[in-house]
Amino acid sequence: MDKDTYQHHISQAFNKDLSTVRNHLMEMGGLVEKQAADSLDALLKGDSGMAENVLLVEDRINKLEMMIDEECSRIIVLRQPAASDLRMIVAISKAVADLERIGDESAKIARLAIQLAEEGESPRGYVEARHIGNHVRRMLHDALDAFARFDVDKAVEVAAEDDTVDLEYRSAMRSLVTFMMEDPRSITRVLNVMWTLRSLERIGDHARNICEQVVYLVQGKDVRHISSEKMQEQVRNGK
Amino acid sequence: MSDENTEQSGNKAMTSREHITHGFNAGELRKGDAPHLNLANETIKLDVQHLNLYYGNDQALKNINLTIPEKKVTAFIGPSGCGKSTLLRCFNRMNDLVDICRIEGKILMDDKDIYARGVDVAELRRSIGMVFQKPNPFPKTIYENVAYGLRLQGVKSKRVLDEVVEKSLRGAALWDEVKDRLDDNAFGLSGGQQQRLVIARAIAIEPEVILLDEPASALDPISTLKIEELINELKSQYTIVIVTHNMQQAARVSDYTAFMYMGELVEYGDTDSLFTNPSKKRTEDYITGRYG
Repeated sequence: MDKDTYQHHISQAFNKDLSTVRNHLMEMGGLVEKQAADSLDALLKGDSGMAENVLLVEDRINKLEMMIDEECSRIIVLRQPAASDLRMIVAISKAVADLERIGDESAKIARLAIQLAEEGESPRGYVEARHIGNHVRRMLHDALDAFARFDVDKAVEVAAEDDTVDLEYRSAMRSLVTFMMEDPRSITRVLNVMWTLRSLERIGDHARNICEQVVYLVQGKDVRHISSEKMQEQVRNGK
Repeated sequence: MSDENTEQSGNKAMTSREHITHGFNAGELRKGDAPHLNLANETIKLDVQHLNLYYGNDQALKNINLTIPEKKVTAFIGPSGCGKSTLLRCFNRMNDLVDICRIEGKILMDDKDIYARGVDVAELRRSIGMVFQKPNPFPKTIYENVAYGLRLQGVKSKRVLDEVVEKSLRGAALWDEVKDRLDDNAFGLSGGQQQRLVIARAIAIEPEVILLDEPASALDPISTLKIEELINELKSQYTIVIVTHNMQQAARVSDYTAFMYMGELVEYGDTDSLFTNPSKKRTEDYITGRYG
């Protein structure tokens, strides 16, 4: 199965409905990707204006989520999709939820960026935030790419990246805890950085979820709640 | 994914599931036809082996091999002319009535060949009942329609007949609607009620297998749901084989589904897998409404 087969229905209207909902998902993906990138930039550059902008765009993401859900329901009730069409709709409606959550996490980061910018000082933990932030940004980009191209190999690769992000997150947490113990006056500030890292790590998790949906979409296999190695193995067996 | 790839994935799944072989000659089914099939826990009621059927020079069924489990619902789906009704009609030898029809191969019911010499066809049809697309009640009263089969068998006792009529009408979920007018003509019933009456008539003689050929395609959605509900209840006692053009119906009522195309069995598997993740491209194209 590949992405072109979605245009081969006898009903042209069905082809159109499916490609519309897919396009909306991709549009939402692009927007969310930009939100994640902007919120991170706003944090690292101390740019409150950019962070404010992220908060303004969030509403558009929520609206897209509702619109895509509505389109999925409509397709289910009008077309009773089966097999790959059904998997497409299920994968889209799950991926939409993940994208919306990534939007929420980006908004959280933007709010924290505004607070941290107001405090002025250059807080601890920005190096880690930059590192993890860039990592999850790439993951999100690749996950959406894999979804658009029905690329299971890439999806598996990206999902495995999440393990690295989790490691990086834990080690960043440890060093931030050490900072707080050394300098109790910095606790409030460092806590804000920790929340930021937490949000970034969550974005990585959601990117992984999207990758799991790619595997379901293409191979019809449920690879949630298993290790990256097991996921790799199942995908290989499914080819 | 190309067709070739799909076939390969089917092969792998097949080799990793050796339990398929119970009651089922895996070697006879082309590899890849049934990656989703696991009949290990089922008793086999009907076993079709190398079945070929010709109408004159036209071959309508090509080397069909499949097994139908007992007390389960098996659905045949496929485009018009794919042979699904023809296959269904083979099970109670309805094709015998067609002069130019010739059959090769075997169909075993409980390990006995129904096409063997000396099989009493009337007896066979008593144990394999059939319901058609259009309800075909007899021009008699509701009571007489249901009692007809038993009267043919020579049952005369009013008490026995009353009992069987009530039991059958209850079994067909029709009793409450007709109990006060059993002596009315059956043609006075609605289409959905007539269809349930025909099912009651079929179960009155206690068959083992019920064949349903598009039983709900002439009915409105509510009557259709009643028939589907009925099928669900009947399967605790009978083996049911249903031919339907309505794929959602096949997905709703059946445990196993066979997809046929141009006289061949393309894919046979458990219904859930076949409708969410079919292994053959042709099945996928058909159930999702694509052109191949």
